[in-house]
Amino acid sequence: MTSTDFILLLPFAILSVTAIVVLLAAAFCRHHTVIVVLTVMGIVAALLTLPWLVRLAPAQVTALLTVDRYAVGWMAILGTITLGVTLLAWDYWRLRNERAEEFYVLLVLALLGAMILVAANHFASFFLGLEILSVGLYALIAYDRTRRFALEAGLKYLVLAATSSSFLLFGMALLYAHVGRMDFVHVARALSLDSDPRILAITGLALLTVGIGFKLAIVPFHLWTPDIYQGAPVPVTAFVATASKVASFAVFLRLFRQLHPESGSPLLVLIAVVAVLSMFVGNLLALRQQNVKRLLAYSSISQLGYLLVAVLAGGQWADLAGFYFLAAYTVTTLAAFGIVALLSPEDREADRIADYRGLAWRRPWLAAVLTISMLSLAGIPFTAGFVGKLYLLGAGTADGLWWMVLSLVVSSTIGLYYYLRVVFVLFAATETVGEPIPSTPRRRAWPSQLTIAVAGSLIVWLGIYPTPLITFFQRTILQLGVR
Amino acid sequence: MILPLLVAILLVAAVFAWISGRWSSAWPRWISVFALAIDLLVVTIGWFAGSGDASNGGRWIQQFRWPWIPQLGIEVHLAADALSLILVALTLVVGLMATASAAGQRDRVGLLHFHLLLTLAGIVGIFLAMDLLLLYLCWEVNLVPMFFLIALWGHEDRFYASIKFFLFTQLSGLLMLLATLALYFAHGQQTGTYTFNYEALLNTSLSPGQAMLLLLGFMASFAVKLPVVPLHTWLPDAHTEAPTAGSVVLAGLLLKTGAYGMIRFAIPLFYTAAIAITPVMIVLSVVGILYGALLALGQSDLKRLVAYTSISHMGFVLLGIFTWNQLALQGVLLEIVCHAFSTGGLFVLAGMLQERLRTRDIGRMGGLWKVAPRMGGMATVLALASLGLPGLGNFLAEILILLGAYQRNPLWAAAATLGFIVATVYSLWIIQRVFHGQARPGHQIADVTKREFGILAASVGLLIWLGLYPSPLTRAAAPALERVQTTANTDSIRPRPAGGQNTPSTCLPLVPVTSLEGQP
Repeated sequence: MTSTDFILLLPFAILSVTAIVVLLAAAFCRHHTVIVVLTVMGIVAALLTLPWLVRLAPAQVTALLTVDRYAVGWMAILGTITLGVTLLAWDYWRLRNERAEEFYVLLVLALLGAMILVAANHFASFFLGLEILSVGLYALIAYDRTRRFALEAGLKYLVLAATSSSFLLFGMALLYAHVGRMDFVHVARALSLDSDPRILAITGLALLTVGIGFKLAIVPFHLWTPDIYQGAPVPVTAFVATASKVASFAVFLRLFRQLHPESGSPLLVLIAVVAVLSMFVGNLLALRQQNVKRLLAYSSISQLGYLLVAVLAGGQWADLAGFYFLAAYTVTTLAAFGIVALLSPEDREADRIADYRGLAWRRPWLAAVLTISMLSLAGIPFTAGFVGKLYLLGAGTADGLWWMVLSLVVSSTIGLYYYLRVVFVLFAATETVGEPIPSTPRRRAWPSQLTIAVAGSLIVWLGIYPTPLITFFQRTILQLGVR
Repeated sequence: MILPLLVAILLVAAVFAWISGRWSSAWPRWISVFALAIDLLVVTIGWFAGSGDASNGGRWIQQFRWPWIPQLGIEVHLAADALSLILVALTLVVGLMATASAAGQRDRVGLLHFHLLLTLAGIVGIFLAMDLLLLYLCWEVNLVPMFFLIALWGHEDRFYASIKFFLFTQLSGLLMLLATLALYFAHGQQTGTYTFNYEALLNTSLSPGQAMLLLLGFMASFAVKLPVVPLHTWLPDAHTEAPTAGSVVLAGLLLKTGAYGMIRFAIPLFYTAAIAITPVMIVLSVVGILYGALLALGQSDLKRLVAYTSISHMGFVLLGIFTWNQLALQGVLLEIVCHAFSTGGLFVLAGMLQERLRTRDIGRMGGLWKVAPRMGGMATVLALASLGLPGLGNFLAEILILLGAYQRNPLWAAAATLGFIVATVYSLWIIQRVFHGQARPGHQIADVTKREFGILAASVGLLIWLGLYPSPLTRAAAPALERVQTTANTDSIRPRPAGGQNTPSTCLPLVPVTSLEGQP
């Protein structure tokens, strides 16, 4: 370990220290605001080290982590997401009589796991990151322990995530048995060299894909998604929907790009089938949902299906497509869940579509942002989602993946129906059914409002003038897939 | 700089209209009218001030380029020749008509005008965009305000209608996007420059199979908008459920973007493939003419009836485009303009009747001439225009198209002519059942107000003008229309359309257009 290595490990170290400090602080001073400020300071400090890291990148830190621009780029995104989630959570827990201090410890730990994941270049760090993330999430999902759904969701996630982890481990073990190495570079090189039908390696890769597929919530590993989305507290749902998927996708893409599977390989076929299934199943199941969180869950299944087109296609467009689409999806999802969190009254969450009836006439700005989010998820021009979808379609077209591209087109048209349904409800005449959610703005809700405002403006900005972000990503992906 | 100004004025006005709607319902209206008037002025200035851009062989009257997303070769490239400017002017005039007809709306006036102006801005964008991705953006993005127009101010079945409209256009639009991207990559791989620029992409050489697929991608989008018959089912619902202003914009402008897309993009980009699909398109167009007209006969809902007549008239437009001669293309342009006013006028009329009678059911109208003679008079002229009475613009347009079609295929032209007969029946039927016959008790409606009379009189005046003296329009647009069939590089290699050898189809002088005026 040199001193450079310590610098490169700074964000991880800062986050670990933050987790411990927050935990200790929570033990002595149960003050919500103090804890949140500590958390935010920790995350911001970790973010501030990133420019420093870029100058030293790319570098291999121990055998486990690679700190290159690719990793740093994703870390920046993950950190920003978590900041947003922290603000949402602050507002969310302030309204509820719940000891929320430990929540932030878990959140920072989950972030740490996600960051390790995006820098992972070795099966050990891959698994380590994934488990830190997952363990954080088990507790986060079930955090609101007074709610039945939350407990159910936590338990479900625990069981299923443990199962998927064992798949992943088994896959890694098979690959290790075959190759005798655990770092991505050597595994990829060994796999590309041998020409046998190598059943061991293919099974290993397939099992690995299953493990990641679970985290990404793609069909057929999606069954947990709607229940966990519905059961978890909204800020956690936002985290599961964004950061957890971003991290899993980043490590998947890194591994996949190094593998360079030749066309027609069973792995590609497997991913193609999974992608098409996700697009259609997600969109079709979302059509009749009456619960916003479940609707967004199914929507995310289909969105991740779209994203897989970027994995299958090769070339510069493909990597950019992955980045841009995921960034757009993240921002949009965060905005949508932010609104759900902001509107939730003390005793329940504003998760029924009926709650949003006529919102446009009571809270025009919120309705505007939610409308823009829905349009962005649907991929309508001048929203971030459109540029993402354009990239995906471009990547698919350039590579001649016609079936994928056509599935994307058809399934996203199906999906448009439920996004428009939400928009329609937002602007419907007000005749509320059941107890209405508070129509007047809550006082001191600025943390949520800030998050929503930032996310909302980002959706529009990234849709109208994507050039800066594209430049950023172009610099970032330069180091992806280099041998 | 004039072209982006056109769009910008509408966008800025839209925001101001929305904001001002908080304080008064008159402000949004006047802001819209003012913005549209200024825009018309700007178009006129642009028309006269613009000189042909030398680099394009004088093709464009005005041009504007600004790199937008250079990494992808996407530009804000706006350019206008006479065809574009005429259509932009049409957009603005129909926009004025829609604004005037929306004055009866009482709720959320600011928001209504916001969406109306956004739709118009999008349509102007479509007519000016010379970057294929920009075209797609405008194409898609103007669905959103139109969706809101139908969804917020529409009638009973607005949820179904607005979503159906959106889904149809979205799916077909995405196919166009795919075709655009495929063209982009094909061009990029050939030349090394990746661009969405229209003029650059014109020079892409494609294998016949590729060209056919890409053409179908583009046509999917344009055919849904126009609409071509098997893809038309969104239209009756959207037109019927939309508020009056929405129906006017839909029928007057949005359908025309489909025709414009074929003339400007689909045919020049994929010339040979377009010739190959001609027989199919001609059959579909004639089917559309007859099917639309026959279904119009069976409607009891006034707006639905007018919507079906639109399908019939748009059949003529499709027929004219795929006849491959100049005469018919001039007819298409005339039909585009005249149909906007005749059908727009009829939708305004239907809106007035609904406002007064609270119904669109023709069966519950009747004998209105006695109480509203001025309305009846105007309605009669509009109906006569719709049935193709000589002296009114639509007649000239449709006769030009039929003349062109006859040279190409007498049999199908004859079949299309049958559409005239059915049109006569449904048009006169409207007048008879709505304005004549037994008056129903309780139908003491007010005659047209000055504002309403103004809208109708303006449409009628324009129709008469176009029916008697259309040559300024056709002559101005002639060079642009000629280019459709003589694209830059395919000149030498393109095969002549089959059946066109013995008729000097593209060489017909422009004179007959004017010499037809006197004939009854």
